[in-house]
Amino acid sequence: MIRMLSAGAIGLVFGSGIAISGMASPAKVLNFFDIFGSWDPSLALVMAAALTVTAIGYRFVLKRPRPILEPKFHLPANRKLDLPLLAGSAAFGIGWGITGFCPGGAIPALGLGEPSAWIFVGSMLAGIAAARTIRVTLEQRVAPST
Amino acid sequence: MITDFTPFPALLGGSLIGLAAVALMAFNGRIAGMTGIMTGLLPPFAADWGWRAAFLLGAIGAPILMVLAGGHTVAFESTAPAPWLIVGGLIVGVGVYFGSGCTSGHGVCGIARLSPRSIVATLTFMATAVATVFVVRHVLGGF
Repeated sequence: MIRMLSAGAIGLVFGSGIAISGMASPAKVLNFFDIFGSWDPSLALVMAAALTVTAIGYRFVLKRPRPILEPKFHLPANRKLDLPLLAGSAAFGIGWGITGFCPGGAIPALGLGEPSAWIFVGSMLAGIAAARTIRVTLEQRVAPST
Repeated sequence: MITDFTPFPALLGGSLIGLAAVALMAFNGRIAGMTGIMTGLLPPFAADWGWRAAFLLGAIGAPILMVLAGGHTVAFESTAPAPWLIVGGLIVGVGVYFGSGCTSGHGVCGIARLSPRSIVATLTFMATAVATVFVVRHVLGGF
């Protein structure tokens, strides 16, 4: 219960950051990418501020033996630069460039009740579910005995 | 469409995103990546779905509170037609799943840890996004 309260409060801070920074708005995001048109550099400052705070904060937090509410830190172990990482990221950028929505921006935008955000998020969740089905099917084909 | 460069809200909002990332690691021991958090809420549901759902509800609730309780306006403008939102959403979903993350997980948390995977992922999706916007707006004529 305390873990949920903590995550909920932190989600509120995250969503406020997205909303205040303007990153819930696809127009603002797309204008960052439109270097040769109506360029709006705001996203660079959002990233710079978020990265600075996170990099400094992580240095202190990850020195501790464990998180406050959990027995251990959950950090990604995969260090390989592989094809799924590259192809997946390349595809994500294409979808982001078409719509102006990324997952972290679109979820808070749901709270604004904007139909475009709901259409995007519904479709994105379907995409994640489809991708997971594809990966599970491929892995079963590679290792049928397991 | 034109949007104003808003340096101070950008820095304030970005700092709050960073604060959330640090707090989620300090308290829950988790990366504040929207892709990873969401994926655990789709079937088959992750055993630890509780904190994931709470984080998502908090993130959705924030703009609601800002508008209803705080009297603030939250910037929002989207011009992509519905069919393109659907196509784009599917591409984003498949992409972030195979790419193991998005702007929050790779771009903020991963780069902050100096993860080579996250640095490569972020450079890749930023580059294809710039190229896509160039094609959509300046080759195809935009929405």
